Amino acid sequence: MAEGSEKSYQPPVEELGPGQTTFTSITDKISGVVFTKHTPIFWFISFAIGFICLHGLMIGAPYLLYEGTGIWGLNNPVGWGWAIINFIWWIGIGHAGTLISAVLLLFRQRWRTSINRAAEAMTIFAVLCAAQFPLLHTGRPWLAAYWLLPYPNSMAMWVNFRSPLLWDVFAVSTYLTVSLVFWYVGLIPDLASFRDKAKNRFAQILYGFLSLGWRGSAFHWERYELASLLLAGLSTPLVLSVHSIVSFDFSTGIIPGWHTTIFPPYFVAGAIFAGFAMVLTLMIPLRKVYGLYDFITERHLNNMSKVMLAAGLIVAYGYFMEVVIAEYSGSQWEMYMMRNRMYGPYGDYYWALILCNIIVPQLLWFRYFRLHPIWLWIVCQFINVGMWLERFVIVVMSLHRDFMPSSWGSYSSTIWDAALYIGTIGLFIVLFFAFIRGFPMISIHEIRTLLKTGKH
Amino acid sequence: MTEKTIMRKDLGGKEIRDKLKGKSGQAYWSSLESLSKTEEFADLISREFPEQADQLSDSQSRRNFLKLMGASFAFGGLSACTIQPQEKIVPQVRAPEELIPGRPSYFASAYPDHGYAFGVVVESQMGRPVRVDGNISHPASLGGSKSVMQASILDLYDPDRAQTVTNAGRLSTPSVFWQQLDQRLKMHAEKNGQGLRVLTQTTTSPTEGGLLRAIESKYPEFKWHHYEPHGNDRSNRGSEIAFGRRLSCDYDFTKAQVIVSFNSDFTSKGSTSARYSKHFSMARKVRDGQSTMNRLYMAESSPSATGSMADHRWSMNSSAIEALAIQIAAELDVPLSGNYKIEEALPLSTIQAIVEDLKAHKGNSILICGESCSPELHALVHSINRELSNVGSTVFYREHAELGSLNQSDSFSDLITDMENGEVETLIILDGNPLFHAPVDSGFAEAFANIDFRAHLTSHVNETSRQCQWQVAASHYLEAWGDLRAFDGTVSIVQPLIQPLYKTVSRLEMLGFLAGKAGVSGMQLVRDHWEAHRLEANFAIFWRKTLHDGVMAGTQFPQLTPKLRKILIPAGFGKLTEEDVVELQLLPDPMIDDGRFANNGWLQESPRPISLLTWDNAALVSPKTAKRLRLKKQRMADFRLGELSLKLPVWILPGQAENVITVHTGFGQKKLGRVANEAGFNAYLLSTTEHPTGNTGLEASATFEEYNLACTQDHSKMTDGYERTDELGTSTFEDRKLIRESTFAEYKANPDFAHEGVHDPADDMTLYNREDHKWDGAEDKYAWGMVIDLTVCGGCNACAIACQSENNIPVVGKEQVLNGREMSWIRIDRYYKGEIDDPRIVHQPVTCMHCENAPCEVVCPVAATVHSKEGLNSMIYNRCVGTRYCANNCPYKVRRFNFLQYADRESESLKLQRNPNVTVRSRGVMEKCTYCVQRINQARIESKKSGIPIKDGQIKTACEQACPSDAIVFGNINDSESRVSKYKSNKLNYGILTDLNTRPRTTYLAAIRNPNPEVEV
Repeated sequence: MAEGSEKSYQPPVEELGPGQTTFTSITDKISGVVFTKHTPIFWFISFAIGFICLHGLMIGAPYLLYEGTGIWGLNNPVGWGWAIINFIWWIGIGHAGTLISAVLLLFRQRWRTSINRAAEAMTIFAVLCAAQFPLLHTGRPWLAAYWLLPYPNSMAMWVNFRSPLLWDVFAVSTYLTVSLVFWYVGLIPDLASFRDKAKNRFAQILYGFLSLGWRGSAFHWERYELASLLLAGLSTPLVLSVHSIVSFDFSTGIIPGWHTTIFPPYFVAGAIFAGFAMVLTLMIPLRKVYGLYDFITERHLNNMSKVMLAAGLIVAYGYFMEVVIAEYSGSQWEMYMMRNRMYGPYGDYYWALILCNIIVPQLLWFRYFRLHPIWLWIVCQFINVGMWLERFVIVVMSLHRDFMPSSWGSYSSTIWDAALYIGTIGLFIVLFFAFIRGFPMISIHEIRTLLKTGKH
Repeated sequence: MTEKTIMRKDLGGKEIRDKLKGKSGQAYWSSLESLSKTEEFADLISREFPEQADQLSDSQSRRNFLKLMGASFAFGGLSACTIQPQEKIVPQVRAPEELIPGRPSYFASAYPDHGYAFGVVVESQMGRPVRVDGNISHPASLGGSKSVMQASILDLYDPDRAQTVTNAGRLSTPSVFWQQLDQRLKMHAEKNGQGLRVLTQTTTSPTEGGLLRAIESKYPEFKWHHYEPHGNDRSNRGSEIAFGRRLSCDYDFTKAQVIVSFNSDFTSKGSTSARYSKHFSMARKVRDGQSTMNRLYMAESSPSATGSMADHRWSMNSSAIEALAIQIAAELDVPLSGNYKIEEALPLSTIQAIVEDLKAHKGNSILICGESCSPELHALVHSINRELSNVGSTVFYREHAELGSLNQSDSFSDLITDMENGEVETLIILDGNPLFHAPVDSGFAEAFANIDFRAHLTSHVNETSRQCQWQVAASHYLEAWGDLRAFDGTVSIVQPLIQPLYKTVSRLEMLGFLAGKAGVSGMQLVRDHWEAHRLEANFAIFWRKTLHDGVMAGTQFPQLTPKLRKILIPAGFGKLTEEDVVELQLLPDPMIDDGRFANNGWLQESPRPISLLTWDNAALVSPKTAKRLRLKKQRMADFRLGELSLKLPVWILPGQAENVITVHTGFGQKKLGRVANEAGFNAYLLSTTEHPTGNTGLEASATFEEYNLACTQDHSKMTDGYERTDELGTSTFEDRKLIRESTFAEYKANPDFAHEGVHDPADDMTLYNREDHKWDGAEDKYAWGMVIDLTVCGGCNACAIACQSENNIPVVGKEQVLNGREMSWIRIDRYYKGEIDDPRIVHQPVTCMHCENAPCEVVCPVAATVHSKEGLNSMIYNRCVGTRYCANNCPYKVRRFNFLQYADRESESLKLQRNPNVTVRSRGVMEKCTYCVQRINQARIESKKSGIPIKDGQIKTACEQACPSDAIVFGNINDSESRVSKYKSNKLNYGILTDLNTRPRTTYLAAIRNPNPEVEV
C-alpha cells in the first residue's frame, strides 16, 4: 500500500487503466453506458440478432409441446440428444460467473471486480437458458413441471430420491436462486447510484424501487459486506457441486462412456473452461464498443486466459485419462466405447473436440495470444464449440452403440433440435443486452473500492 | 316413400332423373359416369343444396333460410342411412352366464390359411373378438401360432376395408347387387349357364364344394376356376409325376432324426408350419443327459427361418439344389430313368457323409422339398423317401384336401382362353387380386375388360375390384360361417364371433346365391351340408361338439401307400449354371405373403426373419454377387428378365446364394389402403406364365438413385448388413457372449461350456441386504421368470405379433422405423457368425429382462418404473413423464418410447380390437415388455378366489402361447417343479450381460447344433 506514494505518476491501481483516477470518473463512465442518448448501433444490431434467434424458442417450444419429442432426432438407443447437450453446455457456461464472483472474492483477487457483474449476469441468463431444456425434453412436460418436485400429495407419491435427475432439479434450482440473490445484492448500491443520477422520473422510481432504500450508511455497508461474504461462501461449493451433480446423470449410469468416476472434476473444470471462454466472448466486444479499456485491461485478458489454459489442461487430462482407463480396465465395453469414439461413425466429432479443446487452447501459452483481443476471441470460439462437442461425444456417442450390437443406432438431429438451441442463444443475447442497457455492467462501488485502497 | 321422392326432386334430382329416364340396370352405372362429364351435372354434384343454395345469398329469402334450418334439424335426427332393425331393446335382467364384463370368452374357429384350416381359439371381450391363438386340438396348429394368423384379427378392424357394395365406385347396397345378379343368372339359366364363371383362390371347404356342385347341376355349362400366385402347383405336379395322381404329403418330424431340406422353409411356410415347428423342436431340444438330437441339412437359395436353425446350411441356386438331390439319389441307388448327368453341387465326401447318415436312419429321416422347387425335384424326393423306407413312418400320403382336380395354372389359363374367346359373360371373383398378381403375359387384364358383368367379392377394393362393375365387400372369417379342411383332411367349422361390422357378404352367401339358395344364411348352408354329411346320428350333439372342439372328429383322410412310378429325369435337370448367370426368385413375403396382408400394419412393420426389413421389399443379393454386379445397398437398380423390367432397391443379404436374386412379392399395391399404398414394389411385374416365380437370365444394372430401406437392426448404413464386425473390424457380438452356442458333441463332452470365461458377480457382491432384493414374492412366494431356448428359435415373428395384439402395441410407419423408433416389446435379434459369404445365422428373441438389479429403476426421477415383490419390473404409464433416462440406462435396450402419438386414437374400428386389460399409451410415455402382467393378475385373482395356488403353465405370456416351437417358457422360479425352474437349472441356461450385475430374470438356453462330424465345413 505504501508504494503508491513513493512513485511520482502511475495509474492509481494496477487493476484499472490510466484514465480512471476519481470516483466521479468511474461512476460517470459506467453509468454513462446506461444514461446516454446515443445507444451504439452495435447494441441495436446485437439485440436484433438475439431477438430473431429467440424465435427459434418461441416457435420451436410450442410446436414441441403440440407434437411431442418425436420432432427431434431422438430414437431408441439415443434417448437424449441436443436438449441434454445444450442443457449441460449452458449450465457449464454459467459456472465462470460464480467462480469469478464468489471464489475469486474469497481469494481476494481484486481484478475480478471489473468483470464480476457481467459474469454473474451471464451466469443467471445461462442458467435460465439451460432451464428451458430439462423440462422441454421430457415427453410430458405439463406433468414433469411439478411431478419432479417432492411435494406432499394425496397419492402419497414421492419422487425417486435415487435418481440423479432429481438431484439435478435441486442442484440447478439452488444454483439459480443463490446466483440470483448474490447478483441482486451486489447490484443494490449501484442501483442506488443510478437512482441518484437518473434525471427521468420513471427511471428514478424504477431504480429507487429496485435499490430497496439504500442510503449508503455505514450500517448498510457493514451488512452489505457481511451478506456478500456469506453469499460468496454459499456460492463457492456450488461451483463444485452443480456440475458434479450434472455429471452424476452420466457417471451413475451403466452405459460405457458414462459410467466413470472421473466425471465430476472433469465436468467442473470443463465448466470453468467454457465459462471463461463465454465471459471473454462477451467482454471483448463490449470493451471495444463502450471503450471500457480502463476497466477491462490487458491484465484481465491475461488472467482469464491463464485460468482458461489451466482449466483446459485439466480437461485435456480428463480426456487422456478416459483413454488410459478404458484400455487399462480390460473391460471390453470400455475399450470398444473408446475405439468407437475415435474411429466409429462419429469419430470426426471426437477429433474436432480434441482440436477445439486441447490443441487450439495451447496458443494461450503465448503472451501474444493472451493479450491480443481478436486472437483471444477466436480461441474462445473454438472452446465454445469444443465444449458443445464434448457433450455430444458423451451423450450421443455413448448411447448410439452400447452393449447390444443389435440395438445400435445412429442419430441425426432435425431442424427443431437446432431451433431450440438457437432460440436459447437468442434468449441469452436478448437478456444480456437488455441488462447492459439498463443496469451497470461493471460494479461501480467495487471499482471505487479499488481506487480508495489505491489512495491510502 | 312418396315424401322422400318429393324431397329429392326438390333438391335437384329432377334433371338427373330426366336424363336417366328410360335407362336402367347395366346402363345405370356407365350412364352416371358419362353423365358426370357434362358440365351441368358436375355443377349439380358440386353443390350440396343445388337450388336452395342460391337463395341463401339472396337477402329476401330469410324465411327460406329459416325453413332450411328447421329441416336440417328435423332430418338430423334421422341419422345415417342404415335402417335400424325393429327390435325391442330391454336391459338384460339376467345376463348370459358367460358374459362378464372384462372377462373374455373363447370360441374355436378356423383361420383360412391359403384355403386350408388352421384351427384357432378366438378371445372375445364383450362380444368383440380381440385375439386369435392356436387351437391345441387342431392338427395344423397344436396350440402354436403363425404370425399371419395372429395378425388376421387386425384385418377385421382395418379401417380401409371395403364396407359395402359399390357399383363402379358409387355406393350401392347388397340388395341392388342381388337384384342385378339375379337378372344375370336368369339370362344364364336360359343357356344352361354358359358364360357363367367363378374364380376363387385355393379352397378346401366341403360346403363350398357342395355349393359349387349345386351350381353345376343347376347350370351345366358353369365353370369354376381357381388360381393364386403361390399355389401348390409344383408339388401337385411332382405328385402326379411320382404317383400318377395328386396326393398331399405330410410328415412326422417327431420321429425324424435326419432331415434334408431342399429350399423348404417348413417351420414357417405353409399351413403346417406350426405343426412342423412344434414337432421339429421336440426332437431337437437339448436337455441334460439327453443322448440324441435331430440333424437338419439345408440347401436353400435365400436364407430362411428354418435355415437359420440348420446344422448344415448351403446357399445354392435352384439348379445346384437339383444337382444335390441327384447326387444323393445316385449315392442311394434310387432307380431313376432319363438322360441326366450327375454334377457336383457338393463334394462327394460330403454327399457320402449325408447318405451314410440317412442310411443309418432309415425310416427315421425326412427329405422335404419347398414349393419353389421344380415338380421333378418333388417327384425325386418322393422316390428318395420311399428308398429310405420313410413312407408310412415319417412321410404320409393322403387324398388332397383342395377342391378341384386341375392344377391352378391350368385352371387359370383355361379361364383366360375362354375370356379371350368371348365365352365368359359373367365372372364372379371371390377374394384375390388377379389383375395385380397374374403373370404379365397371361393376357388376363386385356381379356378381362371384355367381360360383360364383373363382380369381385373382396375385403379391400384393389386393382381387380376397380376394374369390376361391382365391388362386393367380403365378410372377414370372424364375421361369417364357413368350413375348411386341414392339410390332412380334418374339417373345422369356421365360426364367426361377431355380426358383420359392415354390409358385407360372405363367400358362402355368394356361392349360395348362385346355387339358388338366396337368402339362406351362411350358418344354415354349413349346417345343411353337415346335416347331410354328418358322422353321428344326433346332429345337434355332433354340431355342438364340432363347434366346441374346433375340429370335426373322424374327418381325417386315411393314409395311403401309393405306388411309385419310376421317375423320368428330364434333360437339363440339375445342370449347374454358368458362373455369371443370375437367377431371379419370386417368393411370397414372409409377412404379407402374396399381397393378401399388404394392408396389415402389424405384418408390414414386422421385420422379415433374416433381412429384418420392414415396409418394403428389395432385391436380396449376396455380398459377392453384389460386388460382381456392382450393386450397392439401398440404391435402386434396373432388373431385366427377358422383356420385363423392374426398378428395385438393393439389399445385401449375407447367406443369400451366389447369383440368386430373391424378391418378395405382394408389395406395391398402390391403391389398396393407407398401409399398403406406400410399401414396396410390385415384383409380379417380373412374373410370366411360363416362369411365374422367376427364371435364370436376370440382368441387373445399378443406378445412383438412393432408396432408404427400413431395417430394424441395421440403422447404420456403414455395416453392410453384417453386424458380426463393425467398420473397425472389431468383433461385436461374439466377445460379448450374447449368443452362446456349441455343437451337440462338444456339449456332451463339456456341458458347462455356456459359463466358461464369464465373470458373473457373486450373489453377495452388494452393499445392500441381499434378502431385501430377492424379489421372490409376497405371501404366495411367486417369482416370475422366463427362459428362451435359442436352439429352436428360427425368428418366425409369431411371438412378436402375438405380443403386439395382446399389448396394444402401435404401428409407427416406415419413417419412424427408419428413425429407429419401432415399438416392438419383444424383438428378435439376428446375428451372423462365420464368414460373410457363408455365415451361420442365429436368432435371439429379446424381451424385458426384468433385472433383479434393474438399472432403469434407479434413474427414474418420478419412480414410474419400480420392482414388484414378485420380481416384475413394472412400468407405471400414468406416472411416466418421459425423461427417457430409463431407456438410456437399459443395457438390453428393450424400452420403447412414444416419441409421438403413435396409438391411433381416431379410427373407431381399431378401438374394438384393443385388449381392454392393457392401457393404450399416449405420447411421451415409456413402455416395454411386462411379462403380460394382465394375465398374471387375472390368474392371481382367480387363485385368490378359489384358494388354489397358481399352477405351472396356468399363466402363459402371449409370446409363449404363440411360439410354435415352444422356445419360450414362463413361470414361477420359486417352484422347483415348474418348467421354467427346470430350464433354469439346465446347464445350458445363461443370462446375457450378467457381468453388469443386473441379474436378469429372462435367461436363455445356449444354442446347440448337431453338425455331422464327417461333413467338412
